[in-house]
Amino acid sequence: MIPFGGWDMPVQYAGILTEHLAVRQRVGLFDISHMGEFIVVGPTAETTLNRLFTNDIRKVAVGQAQYTLLCNAAGGILDDLILYRIQPTVFLLIVNAGNIATDFAWLSQHLVVTDQSNQTAALALQGPQARQILDSGLAPFHVARQAVFGKTCWVARTGYTGEDGYEILCDNTDAVFLWNEFLKRGATPCGLGARDTLRLEACLPLHGHDIAVDTTPIEAGLSRFVAFDKGDFSGRDVLLQQRDRGVARKLAAFRMTAAKCPPPRQHYPILDGGQKIGEVTSGTQSPTLACGIGLGYIAAGSAEVGTTIAVEVRGKLFPATIAKKPLYKRGS
Amino acid sequence: MSVPNNLKYAKSHEWVRVEGETAVIGISDHAQHELTDIVYVELPPMGDRVEAGKECAVVESVKAASDIYAPVTGDIVAVNEELTRTPELVNQDPYGKGWMFKVKLSDPAELGELLSPTDYAAHIGA
Repeated sequence: MIPFGGWDMPVQYAGILTEHLAVRQRVGLFDISHMGEFIVVGPTAETTLNRLFTNDIRKVAVGQAQYTLLCNAAGGILDDLILYRIQPTVFLLIVNAGNIATDFAWLSQHLVVTDQSNQTAALALQGPQARQILDSGLAPFHVARQAVFGKTCWVARTGYTGEDGYEILCDNTDAVFLWNEFLKRGATPCGLGARDTLRLEACLPLHGHDIAVDTTPIEAGLSRFVAFDKGDFSGRDVLLQQRDRGVARKLAAFRMTAAKCPPPRQHYPILDGGQKIGEVTSGTQSPTLACGIGLGYIAAGSAEVGTTIAVEVRGKLFPATIAKKPLYKRGS
Repeated sequence: MSVPNNLKYAKSHEWVRVEGETAVIGISDHAQHELTDIVYVELPPMGDRVEAGKECAVVESVKAASDIYAPVTGDIVAVNEELTRTPELVNQDPYGKGWMFKVKLSDPAELGELLSPTDYAAHIGA
């Protein structure tokens, strides 16, 4: 067990590698109750949220989900989240556990937010066989109120693993029952360790590591979630300037290339031609690719796919190559 | 968790098997389990002098890099090269094929500072 976002979370049950492969090949189950759940209601909610978030909420129909970012006026990323339109004027926001307090304070300056995090538990059922256990009829990035083994839940076809699957929000009192029902049907219990290796292979950023208040969506390569054409929103001026003039550093993915080398870790220096050009923000040994992988902010000139760089591990340099994101894509 | 009776243990979870003037060193079953799947092992160079209580090797799991501390002082006289190719031996056989290095003891009295199997089992709550 380790502390994470104010919670005690299991790193692993049977082992990170076993759990990782279960999600890639079959189906795994995560307890993600640490995540925050906010509800925003009202006739002006859409307009106000569209001025706070980078993506365009007007494109989200009832029953749909959208990945979006909350930026400050300088374009710095306060959080990344998934927004669900559950009724025409009712939005559900699933935010990072570590940011619940700051997000709530930020959003509350502009609209009425209900924080349901403490009453709400959440499970993620992830993997190619998830639909054999839960046949929701939902299309990807869709959400609906459904009965799951007799318990009323919000079921969303979203996730943080790079695989197909669901995120299921339920009342706290139903969580243990649902957890056991999914396990009975063959899901492998998975901890925070596998959640991290899975999301990193899929190049899904982790707030506080790969994205943070001192980085922007443009630097992080998340421009496709920034709707410049929707009108004004928090951070727009800075982000537009960065988009048009370019950025000095970019969040790049890389693979270690030596046959046997230590896995990259957060804060390890990244070098090109002996010069420090950046730092690792997330790194691990990839169970699927069987090599070290990572993300890091790299000087734009060295961030092109195919560039050979070096990662410094305990004073020694190990070669790596900038790779196309995502490092792992379902069905590849 | 297995805690073999013929070994001595450091609080930092290394085990020591005394073979004459040499100590064979690895990490305990409890340690390998806590570290999770080991994917890389960095061992001290042959001939290096290691000091009791000082870090001298690194094991890396999927999750993190962890220092290994020398439980005794002396010169490195052998390292388990097999771990370079198959680091998972530390998980599979921590007291056997997963041994890490051998130290020629410069002060055998240091062995008295190490934990007995009973005390180590109590230390890890086993």
